[in-house]
Amino acid sequence: MADMAPAARPRSLEDRRLRKGILFALPAGLLLLAIYIVPLLVLGGFSLTDYRLGALNWHFIGLENFAHAFADPVFLRALRNTVLYAAIVIPCGIFLGLGVALLVHGRKRTRGFWEFAYFLPVTATLVAMATVWQFLLHPTLGPVNAAITFLGFDPVSFLGNPKLLIPTLALIGTWQVVGFNMVLFLAGLTAIPKDLLEAARLDGAKSPIDRFLTVTWPMLGPTTMFVTVTTSITAFKVFETVAVLTKGRAGSETLLYALYLEGFDYSNTGYAAALTLIFLAIVLVLSIGQTLKLEKKVHY
Amino acid sequence: MLRRYLPHLVLALGAVVMLLPFYWMGLTAIRPPAEVFDISLWPIPKHFAGVENFTQAATSVPMARFMLNGVIVCGGILIVQVATAVPCAYALAKLRFPGRRILLSMVIAALCVPMQALALPLFVGLAKTHMLNTYFAMMAPFFLSVFAIFLFYQSFRSYPDEILEAARMDGFSEMEICWGLVLRASLPALAAFAVFSIVAHWNDLYWPMIVVTKTELAPPPLGMLFFSDAETGANYGALMAGATLITAPIVICFLLARKQFIAGITMTGVK
Repeated sequence: MADMAPAARPRSLEDRRLRKGILFALPAGLLLLAIYIVPLLVLGGFSLTDYRLGALNWHFIGLENFAHAFADPVFLRALRNTVLYAAIVIPCGIFLGLGVALLVHGRKRTRGFWEFAYFLPVTATLVAMATVWQFLLHPTLGPVNAAITFLGFDPVSFLGNPKLLIPTLALIGTWQVVGFNMVLFLAGLTAIPKDLLEAARLDGAKSPIDRFLTVTWPMLGPTTMFVTVTTSITAFKVFETVAVLTKGRAGSETLLYALYLEGFDYSNTGYAAALTLIFLAIVLVLSIGQTLKLEKKVHY
Repeated sequence: MLRRYLPHLVLALGAVVMLLPFYWMGLTAIRPPAEVFDISLWPIPKHFAGVENFTQAATSVPMARFMLNGVIVCGGILIVQVATAVPCAYALAKLRFPGRRILLSMVIAALCVPMQALALPLFVGLAKTHMLNTYFAMMAPFFLSVFAIFLFYQSFRSYPDEILEAARMDGFSEMEICWGLVLRASLPALAAFAVFSIVAHWNDLYWPMIVVTKTELAPPPLGMLFFSDAETGANYGALMAGATLITAPIVICFLLARKQFIAGITMTGVK
């Protein structure tokens, strides 16, 4: 602040605004530096070393951590698991969310109740609810398998069979995300002008399905785009259900869980930093489009 | 007839799936051990064991302490977030200063950096300064909410400049203008952000799991994890009672203020 006006000159309103501007932005600016900028630089630094938290010396090893990551069977398995998880949660979460929104949109008196019922899982503490799911899906004691055997099928060992671990986690992930997507789609549906649907009807789009395909679906484009981005990011960040239900057993680690183990359980700081950067790159690729749109809107 | 009721029927079937875990949790929480493995969905147990289950959940682990920790952490985070984001957003929206555009661009860029990407260096920093296992460690990474800055910035921008000029002429300080006038006009944004922040941090497991190993410091989700690890299979009634206690505060708030709640949590989507 050395370039402030000399004290002799009376301070104008302009001056005051400049000074206050810096002063008001300063706490947040310093925190931005301490929480985002410095840690990201340090993270980049760590990723190029073999640093282990607590170790006395470390070496600069260039990109070896990244090379190691793409040859590490555990990391590759975690990556595959996360992609499989996302491949189930993204389409199921989006289309169920859209379906529920379309049905709820037409309701008038009961709309509040449906919104409540479908949104409740979004708010509930996932760690607690994962424990409940564990009980619900229990092979011998849970009601879900009781219903399956009642219908004449063999009981399914949702959390016992290694092949079913990730799909089961994805089931719970979908359960949690549907309500969130429903609300976003409801907002998108409300924004579609009624006349447009009426015009489509007069133009010969007689069935609701025709009107959906010619008007609603195209008009929902930006909403669908946004829902896809948020659902993908949520899916790639899956952690709680793994921590409660599988703890990575039988090869069911996901990206964040593998990262958690390397960085905070095994203290492989340098290697975990490289994994973190890979995770960050995935999230940034997923969110870059939305962010650029936002940036344009703010600066116009 | 069918056409009219079909949407309701489909919605009802879906709602059963969505609500089943909550129903099962509440039901098991009041069932005695002998009935816990009864797969019937009948809501009234033969023997009401709610008192025993809740007592056991509250005594075998410090459940009250977990809840208190949750309140302290969520409250502390929210207060600092608002105290730092509101002046910053006001400066970005209504004051001109060098570096304003850069700061704004950095805030928007920071919006897409997830907390998990910052966890490792922050953890190392806290470990080096011997601050692990403190309330400060649990709260510090969240003291700055770039999302709050962005939200308040959007909201403050629409505040009329003429009123600001008039208030300045009348001798109001920028501090008074920011907190007394501009924020007061954005109370819905503040309420929505408060819901967003409290729900996010009440439910967060990742960061507490990294910096807290002491039971007495655990916030509710971490406490629940300790509890379920200690009780595996032993006592489902008490486990579900614990889950009910942890979920209840947020669910009750959601029941009381559904509209504000939905607006707050999905706010990230309404850009």
